[in-house]
Amino acid sequence: MRGGRGGQRVTELRFPDEPVFVDQTLTLEYTYGAGKEAAHYLAALKEGRFEGTHCPRCDRAYLPPRPVCGICYVECDGWVEVGPEGTITGVTVVEVPFVDPITGKQREVPYGFAFIRLDGASTNIFHFMNETDRTKLGVGMRVRPRFAAERTGSLADVEGFELIGPATGGEA
Amino acid sequence: MPEVAIVGTGQTKHAPKRPDVNIPEMLREAVDRALSDAGVTFAEIDAVCFGNMDLFEGLAQNEHWLASTFGAEGKPLVKFNTGGTVGTSTAMGAYYFAKAGLYERVLVCGFQKQAEGNSQGAITTVGDPIWERPMMAGAIGNHAVMASTYAADSGITEEQAAKVAVKARRNACLNSNAHLQLPDITVEDVLASKTLAYPIRMLDMCPTSNGACAVVMAVDGVAQKLAARPAWVAAVAGAHDQTFQGDSPKRMSEMRSLIQVRKKLYDKMGITDPVKQFDVAEIYEPQTYAELAMCENLLFCPPGGGGAFIDSGIPYMDGELPVNPSGGVLSTNPIGATALIRVAEAAMQVMGRAGDHQVKPDVRMALATGYGGNAWTDAMILTSERPS
Repeated sequence: MRGGRGGQRVTELRFPDEPVFVDQTLTLEYTYGAGKEAAHYLAALKEGRFEGTHCPRCDRAYLPPRPVCGICYVECDGWVEVGPEGTITGVTVVEVPFVDPITGKQREVPYGFAFIRLDGASTNIFHFMNETDRTKLGVGMRVRPRFAAERTGSLADVEGFELIGPATGGEA
Repeated sequence: MPEVAIVGTGQTKHAPKRPDVNIPEMLREAVDRALSDAGVTFAEIDAVCFGNMDLFEGLAQNEHWLASTFGAEGKPLVKFNTGGTVGTSTAMGAYYFAKAGLYERVLVCGFQKQAEGNSQGAITTVGDPIWERPMMAGAIGNHAVMASTYAADSGITEEQAAKVAVKARRNACLNSNAHLQLPDITVEDVLASKTLAYPIRMLDMCPTSNGACAVVMAVDGVAQKLAARPAWVAAVAGAHDQTFQGDSPKRMSEMRSLIQVRKKLYDKMGITDPVKQFDVAEIYEPQTYAELAMCENLLFCPPGGGGAFIDSGIPYMDGELPVNPSGGVLSTNPIGATALIRVAEAAMQVMGRAGDHQVKPDVRMALATGYGGNAWTDAMILTSERPS
């Protein structure tokens, strides 16, 4: 390797007709406008409650919350409390390292990962499971959230979900 | 509106790395082969549709500096950037151009050179930044969760899923362009391969490939002059689903966008018995469980019958409805080209140009699908007979 323009490293040129490779790093900093539904949801989460928005036409309770029902094309008319317990609708134990999108560092494996339907919600959220033995995890099992000791009004206020009982054989 | 046909296809030899060429050179290999297959030159191409996933190689809007690679200077060019469906979306865009009567010959091309990028990192940016990204587990974790739901619903076994992996990599041995060719692979090998995220093992998952694909489309009157047996685009359909990934209640088991697309296509073509009416299907199966779930959604078998379907032998090369004789996505996955490869392979079968993996001499009707996340399905039916 040798130093290239602008601090980029370029592979050594060995033959005139051989491609060289230039190392590149892309670091992006940005601010994302999350909307007023996120503000309401996170404020409730800080208090230990899950709340979704409600469609007056189809009666769905949406989690994540949204201002409009995309199926009925009507505005949601308010908030309904859902959970905090729920049912696993899909689950795995991830064993392949993956870069954590928040920290930029590799997430420790293994970790449990599940789709969860909170009681009263019409949609699923996904979150971490505190169980990493895949033989103990399955679709239909009941779960409850494990809240962080100190809540700040972010999604990280829920550290993950834990099992509370056997499969109900209910909706998956 | 004029009927439209595919009159030529071209692909690179798909590979885990292509250090011998840069992106324009790799893309140009497929473009040149498609032009040659169609017997046209850049001068005869009226418009270009190009597909590639931004960010995967740290690039965005690369069509600006790739224009001359696919002969787009002075011509209309549209870029497609729709995830797994890139290739089918790109092909459908070209079809719309030609079907509208605006252009007589349209070039379609796409590529991905994943060895030089960070695909899993780029896929992370696909999730909603607030609600989904913090917990994302990449394509593999997401697919594992979907597969778990499907397995719970259908009762499919790990062995049945493994059979799909074996079928794909053995079919790939007959396709000189395929990336992952494993002539001796067994079900036991698949089950013994490293667990990535249960129930998905290494050999259940598609590879990361480097490669490109190109297709030439032409309108009625021109197509018959360029190809002895054009692959006519008889029906196209696309559908979207969901705002968030958890909105779809059954995810892969009942993939709503695929079911919507199926209904549109089958209604238009009068398809009531797809196994009998299709001669071949090239479907976008990112992992083994997905192929069987998609076969259920496409009514190749009854709901919950995916396991019995692979056991029956129907989707094998010598079965009643060969599914992915090319080796499929499980063998070759240069993302921005992957769904276009499904279209090209379906066209090659109809045109009788699939070589060693030609399923039979007279393929009259072929299906090609694209899949993007769980949200997006594009699909196309190609026929040997000109639609009337």
